[in-house]
Amino acid sequence: MVQIEGLGRLLAEHPFFRDMPDDVREIVVGCCANAHYRPGEFLFKEGGPADHFYLIRQGEVAVEVHAPGRSEGVVVENIGEGEIIGWSWLVPPYRWTFDARAADQVRAITIDAACLRRKIEGNHELGYELYKRFIPVMGRRISESRLRIVELTTEPGE
Amino acid sequence: MDGVFLNPDPAAVDPMVPRPFRIERRLREVDGCFTLHLKAVDGRPLPYKPGQFNMLYVFGVGEVAISISGDCRDLNTLVHTVREVGTVTRAMAKLKPGDCIGVRGPFGNPWPVEEAYGNDILFVTGTIGLAPLRPLVYEVLNRRDRFGKVVLCYGSRGTHDILYEPLLHQWRGRFDMQVHVTVHSAHAGYRGRVGSVANLVKIARFDPEQTTAYVCRSETMTRPAVQALHDRGVTSDRIYVTLERNMKCGVGFCGHCQMGGSFMCKDGPVYRYADIERIFTVREL
Repeated sequence: MVQIEGLGRLLAEHPFFRDMPDDVREIVVGCCANAHYRPGEFLFKEGGPADHFYLIRQGEVAVEVHAPGRSEGVVVENIGEGEIIGWSWLVPPYRWTFDARAADQVRAITIDAACLRRKIEGNHELGYELYKRFIPVMGRRISESRLRIVELTTEPGE
Repeated sequence: MDGVFLNPDPAAVDPMVPRPFRIERRLREVDGCFTLHLKAVDGRPLPYKPGQFNMLYVFGVGEVAISISGDCRDLNTLVHTVREVGTVTRAMAKLKPGDCIGVRGPFGNPWPVEEAYGNDILFVTGTIGLAPLRPLVYEVLNRRDRFGKVVLCYGSRGTHDILYEPLLHQWRGRFDMQVHVTVHSAHAGYRGRVGSVANLVKIARFDPEQTTAYVCRSETMTRPAVQALHDRGVTSDRIYVTLERNMKCGVGFCGHCQMGGSFMCKDGPVYRYADIERIFTVREL
């Protein structure tokens, strides 16, 4: 019970959930757990089941692409404190499309996706509140990725 | 190559006549990029202000507009960092210490410095955009006590093409300057940031109400940089940007660099964003 209360407070403090109605956020708390990752530890790997998503409370997570012939992956983005990582749990077939690895000590709240999907099926308001928060994040990241393509093709240049 | 036949009258100030400068040093920077340290053959210095550019003439090949990237307080040496992108710059890359090139300038509207007194300073740049901005960074640091926080946000493609990397480390080591660097991709285990420059603007610590921002990026990337500044609350009248067009004469005669009623070679390349906001996104202008 004490842990649930603590998670509820952590969830309410995280920017992603901060303005969610209390009664809706409380539904999510039951699917949450605290997690800690050491530097270099994987949160998830490409192709694996997207059964969680993560609210980063502290530290940085490197989003990586595994490249054949290279012993190490290529980091394409860092995701830090106050952000979320993982939206593949929303979209069938629920598989990760990148690797995510702790770049330093990472403290996060993990949210059980299967648990959440079940709850969303029975509570569409919860689904609406979550999608309202996920879609802007996804849109911003797509937009940033597009701009980085532009950046790579226009800078440096004549 | 000897260019002493050019401009034989040392008192001549015709802006269309190049003065011969000798290459004292040639530094290899990141891949495809080099820095020339030049000295006037006639010994006369070429005073300039941060943000100005020169027309550099490779004899027998052609002339190209290149921003000055040294410390404007050092009147003995003229510094240009150049990227090999065209016929002239590729020919310039082959020159060696002792060779001469022609220099016309300085031209253009400089970065304003005094207007930012009392404010926090934010530099936003990427790849070779740091070169035209470096004289301004030097100048701000030379007058460090006139400003609040000084923040540099810089982005490059990867970990191997960070321009002036030792200098960035040196600046980062100062206690009175924040230096944020990001790259587009990196090897696993890289301890720095990976992502866009706009994201650096989001995390940088400055007072948006009292910040003057200097943005030196390609025009396409200036837009998201300005948007990130607006999102933080920095208004257009405190944002300065650079524009680039095909500059030829450098003095507003030929019209090659005209945008609306403005000639970038003499009215720019530095503009207050509020002054050009209306035409900045006009296509084909």
